[in-house]
Amino acid sequence: MIPESGAPLLRVQDLTIGIRRPGGRSVAIVEDVSFDVDPGQRLGIVGESGSGKSLTLRAVAGLLPRGVEVLSGRVEFAGRDLLTMPAKDRRALMGPQIAMIFQEPMTALNPVMRVGDQIAEGPRRHLGMSAKEAGELAVSMMARTGIPDPARRAKAYPHELSGGLRQRIMIAMAVSCGPRLLLCDEPTTALDVTVQLQVLKLLEKLCDDTGASLVFVTHDLAVVNQTCSELAVMYAGHIVEAGRVKDTFRQPRHPYTRGLLESAPDFDRPERELIPIPGFPPNVADRPSGCPFAPRCGYVRDHCTEAVPPLEEVLPGRLAACYESDRLVEVLA
Amino acid sequence: MSVAPVSTAVPAATDTSMLRVSALTKSYSRGTSLLSRFGAGGPSTLKALDGVDLELRQGEILALVGESGSGKSTLAKILVGSTTATSGEVSYRGATAPARRDRESSRRVQMVFQDPYSSLNPRLTVGRMLAELLLLHKIVPRREVRAESIRLLNLVGLEEEVLGAYPSQFSGGQRQRLAIARAIAVRPDVLIADEPVSALDVSVQATILDLFTSLRAELGLSILFVAHNLAVVQHLSDRVAVMYLGRIVEVADTAEIFARPRHPYTRALIDSIPRMRETSVNDAFELDGEPPSPYDVPAGCRFHPRCALASEICFATDPPLLQIGPAHESACLKADELATIPLPDPAQELP
Repeated sequence: MIPESGAPLLRVQDLTIGIRRPGGRSVAIVEDVSFDVDPGQRLGIVGESGSGKSLTLRAVAGLLPRGVEVLSGRVEFAGRDLLTMPAKDRRALMGPQIAMIFQEPMTALNPVMRVGDQIAEGPRRHLGMSAKEAGELAVSMMARTGIPDPARRAKAYPHELSGGLRQRIMIAMAVSCGPRLLLCDEPTTALDVTVQLQVLKLLEKLCDDTGASLVFVTHDLAVVNQTCSELAVMYAGHIVEAGRVKDTFRQPRHPYTRGLLESAPDFDRPERELIPIPGFPPNVADRPSGCPFAPRCGYVRDHCTEAVPPLEEVLPGRLAACYESDRLVEVLA
Repeated sequence: MSVAPVSTAVPAATDTSMLRVSALTKSYSRGTSLLSRFGAGGPSTLKALDGVDLELRQGEILALVGESGSGKSTLAKILVGSTTATSGEVSYRGATAPARRDRESSRRVQMVFQDPYSSLNPRLTVGRMLAELLLLHKIVPRREVRAESIRLLNLVGLEEEVLGAYPSQFSGGQRQRLAIARAIAVRPDVLIADEPVSALDVSVQATILDLFTSLRAELGLSILFVAHNLAVVQHLSDRVAVMYLGRIVEVADTAEIFARPRHPYTRALIDSIPRMRETSVNDAFELDGEPPSPYDVPAGCRFHPRCALASEICFATDPPLLQIGPAHESACLKADELATIPLPDPAQELP
């Protein structure tokens, strides 16, 4: 797909998400997050629990949990700010333009509605299809996602299907209106490895076929390596490193990224010693001054605790938020 | 003073086997609704375990891997005594374990659960949790409870200060340390760990894996590690047992099974691992679909509907787990054929 006048499909700018407290004080959970997703591009957002990766994705989808809101920043989709447009217009984009796939299909699907009808709902509402057309589309979408015997399965309820099939139903639902942007929140975490591989390949194929962009949130570095070309690493509500997946894995330029890579077992290097990251992520309400990773960082120097390091280009195509990034030049074996 | 007996009266002949199960089965019936009594609704017995033979040796870390529904957790539950087998035998150090465990036999096999958020009593402080166990099992006399609790906490990498804290005050990794401290408090010989790191963040996983390794060394524990993450399994375990639909289909040393898998299911699992680098994955072993229902296990080899190598003989013959090499067992009729198909080679990665 050719980018329209070179503009990104999704542009997130200085996004700050948090909780507004009575009395005007607010607590930021995600702070000043910016990234672009070009048409057809696949971005993986990696981080540990509490890093703000899922909230960032949910802010794009307009699905923040109650009490959590966007405090500042912009989320532009195809040049329009999703945050300031009328709610009606935004809802009209969800489905035909932007679709989301959740981690746990059992809680995301309607338990009392046949799965075929759930898939058909979007095309009927957004594409003006008749019930019959939409029903046929649902069956063909199910076939496309590799569900055996789709016509019969379309009449099933979610509880009658296995986890892998439910996740395929969610994917069929998400892509039924041909969205340009797919948002995935840990879509394979609840699945077995064999089924995970099938689902990842399916997502990849659907994106290839339709030219859709993908934002894929996960804690699993290896899954990002298989699915995405671009990477953003989040820590304590900030993007701390961003770049191409392969380059970043080979030569991380932020100590946290490096720590993640060194602490995760790599099947192809069984002899390598795992090096845990000492300490714990900070509480968002009580971030240390300066770099949020400083208390756990092996490269820390005095100035690290004075101000939050900005996310800057450290190599062509690579951003890192670290004052000491130049000291991380080693290529991981 | 009464102290838990140190296992000295053990016959020498059994010194390699801590826990052994043979021909173990576990069936669940699908309930007793009126319809099922009249035979409607298809097969009504679920075979969670269908003839499992497995041995946990003294001082080893044995990993048990397989898809959800393969029976891993059922086997773990039977070993720890929280459920009973339908048939077959569980023996502990060569002696048959009673179906109903008494306090002493349940002390010897302890469990660490997957989710440290739900497996610790939120209303007990760490100190009380440990004290209760130490006293109930008469591990140390009352006046030594505090010192013993501190010793346990230090063993799992926590400090004395946490004695007065509640589980909610801890992070996931620390909670898992507490769960491990609780399990080793009663001085077990065997630890059954059911997915103990899969709920933890990557940066914390490594510390818990290290803890298992050091406890094995310091306390001489034998550990059964139930897991689905093969990279973790490869890192931690000495041997691997692969389960499929209620059976063990392959057992071998860790290095051997990953370098030379001799069951197509093991092979498919290996090919499904998301990799950190480029590999030329052989698609022939990718699995289509999902495991068949354990209510309706396929005839012949239970893996044949999903197997790339299956032929006539596999449809009819249910292969037993056989020795196919030194310390390597496989339940596949095509184990030799499989050995000739090369594995994806990580050495072919791009620079």
